[in-house]
Amino acid sequence: MTLGESEAVAPPDDAAAAWAHVEVSRHPDRPYSLDLIERCLDDFIELHGDRQGGDDAAVVIGLARLGGQRLAVVANQKGRTLEERGRRNFGMAHPEGYRKAQRLFALAGRLQLPVVSFIDTPGAYPGVAAEERGQAWAIAQTLEAQLALPTPYLAVVIGEGGSGGALATLLADAVLVLEHAFLSVASPEAAAAILFRDAGQKQHAAAALRLEAANLLEWGIADEIVPEPPGGAHTDWDATAALLRPRLEERLRLITERGFDPARRRERYRRLDGLFEA
Amino acid sequence: MSISATYARSQAGPDAGAFTCTACKATYPLAQVAGNLYVCPGCSHHARIGAHERVRQLADRGTFQEWDAALAGTDRLEFFDTRAYVDRLDEARVRQQLPDAILTGQAALQGHQVGLAAFDFGFMGGSLSTAVGERLARAIEHSAEAGLPFVCVTSSGGARMQEGVFSLMQMAKSVAALHRLAEAHLPFISILVDPTMGGSIASFAALGDVILAEPKAMIGFTGARVITQATYEQLPAGFQTSEFHHARGLIDRVVDRRELKEVLAQLLAVLAGPSGEHSQALA
Ligand SMILES: [Zn+2]
Repeated sequence: MTLGESEAVAPPDDAAAAWAHVEVSRHPDRPYSLDLIERCLDDFIELHGDRQGGDDAAVVIGLARLGGQRLAVVANQKGRTLEERGRRNFGMAHPEGYRKAQRLFALAGRLQLPVVSFIDTPGAYPGVAAEERGQAWAIAQTLEAQLALPTPYLAVVIGEGGSGGALATLLADAVLVLEHAFLSVASPEAAAAILFRDAGQKQHAAAALRLEAANLLEWGIADEIVPEPPGGAHTDWDATAALLRPRLEERLRLITERGFDPARRRERYRRLDGLFEA
Repeated sequence: MSISATYARSQAGPDAGAFTCTACKATYPLAQVAGNLYVCPGCSHHARIGAHERVRQLADRGTFQEWDAALAGTDRLEFFDTRAYVDRLDEARVRQQLPDAILTGQAALQGHQVGLAAFDFGFMGGSLSTAVGERLARAIEHSAEAGLPFVCVTSSGGARMQEGVFSLMQMAKSVAALHRLAEAHLPFISILVDPTMGGSIASFAALGDVILAEPKAMIGFTGARVITQATYEQLPAGFQTSEFHHARGLIDRVVDRRELKEVLAQLLAVLAGPSGEHSQALA
């Protein structure tokens, strides 16, 4: 293919804007899940392990309060230092990470705790060991666990929402997306490699996939875009958390207020694309 | 020969009446290979077949009644990569004789009534468009409403990039629909054939009450080439084959295509047969 062909539909301005969005979502100083959990939630207590032999540090689970409300929390976690990035595997979970999330959903159902998830992952880890231990099966079972969860469930995409790995903790009653976060079927690099056979076309892929947060709202995949401080969340973590916390409280209240029913969540994801008659 | 064998036929050599096996390179008369369900008579390699051919192989003759035959999607993102997505769709529709990459309907299988879905890998790699996800979800729901076991033969590369995040959401849609089948206590038999990758195996296809796979099918979340590029890891022998996953407890049985219908009938005889007084007491 030639560059000219893709420019016809993805003019350089669009591609540059789409790419700038991706770069802010991946900014090295962007607050990660634990940074926001610490600032938005009260009394967070981390729990560990999937109870089947693993404790994947790319996924964090725990208990917390938000004002007077008890919560169960699940989050993708990236690392900031070289050591932590390795330990957290850049936020890319193995099957144990998804099974850890399943354990959290089961715990929340049993103890009647609402769940809040924080999504920030490039995707599920693409490695041999992950495949050997059933990566696809682990993700599928986590999708099922979310749709069976009998308690209110709120998801927030805070950075990267990459592919099936992000979907594993996204299928909530309401989905919030930070202004510079995104959700995508594949990373722009992977999409470019598939579509253009050239990962260097990542900017054009980002534009073609229309992965800016605002589109998710228009399409009904997200319920609300949460504003970030001017320039992006990396400029001020406290200000980011101050903007997010009241939205979490309000959204949890709304989910419960209208008469909570997990069947409505399943119906939401059954009808999501809005193209077909019920 | 039916149109449905188009995909297998595309693997035939320059001589339209001949079939050259992609695995052992031996050439056989096409009619002989077709009679052997497109399994190589020499090395038992299972050639890829289209959805129409799959239904022809599994459904009792004359029993298949198609569901949602007119259901087709749209180009929501007005997507253009090296070509317009709408042009790719039009071409695939004509070539594969399907509105999108799946065929669904009700059929009898050795007398057992089932809801049946078959993916068509020749249609844009059997990828998950909104239309494929919708037709799959409806087939699951029709099965639940009619009290039928659901059998799905998956051959899919996963997400359809050209539909972006809408493709991703089909994973959720299919799992939401399966909840209805579970509520009705009806079985889902998932059959994985070459290849079943990405979003398809990471959603509905991995959630079968019973999971079968054809021999040596490639199955996995991330493809081997991407794993090698991303991690430089050495791939173990037989990586991501049906046998590899069976050995790790992820697939119940690896079944030769020539025995598939018989094995399904045996399963259905138990799963959809008389329930017995202890099951009735639970109802
Ligand atoms: Zn052969």
